[in-house]
Amino acid sequence: MADYGDSLSSLEGKGDKELQEFLMVEKQKAQFNAQIHEFNDFCWEKCVEKPSNKLDSKTETCLTNCVDRFIDVSLLITNRFAQLLQKSGGM
Amino acid sequence: MEGLSSLSGAQKDELMDQVKQQIAVANAQELLTKITEKCFKKCISKPGTSLDSSEQKCIAMCMDRYMDSWNLISKAYSNRIQRERSRM
Repeated sequence: MADYGDSLSSLEGKGDKELQEFLMVEKQKAQFNAQIHEFNDFCWEKCVEKPSNKLDSKTETCLTNCVDRFIDVSLLITNRFAQLLQKSGGM
Repeated sequence: MEGLSSLSGAQKDELMDQVKQQIAVANAQELLTKITEKCFKKCISKPGTSLDSSEQKCIAMCMDRYMDSWNLISKAYSNRIQRERSRM
């Protein structure tokens, strides 16, 4: 998927407005999809035991929480990192 | 990539369709690769001389559950994006 983002951005700026907008939207959709693949990859490892006839409610809750907590962690680390940079005089 | 700005309307439509299709194919391939990897791990504990019926059943269920999980996570992620947007 990362390859797609790259080849799409090399097209940008060369076409007309309509194409540019189209590519921007498609790129965002592709990034969204790539992110879901990544979330599903590790949340599956964390939450799903033996596959059965359906996802039980405990597993469903775990998967939903997994996404939200991952984003929380990502935001927390980003903020803390920014603070550390500021304290050390910025870069 | 020269001359993209001089494409006719029909050529542009064709180009956009191709881009969409290629993205869809790449997405499906990614999903297939992931499902194969994850479900092999879950269902085949000791690879034998053939896939026995319980392994095949497990693989089928695992594939359905992986896609359930994909849809659930997609919903959770877009909900979160919406919540973050409304907070800004």
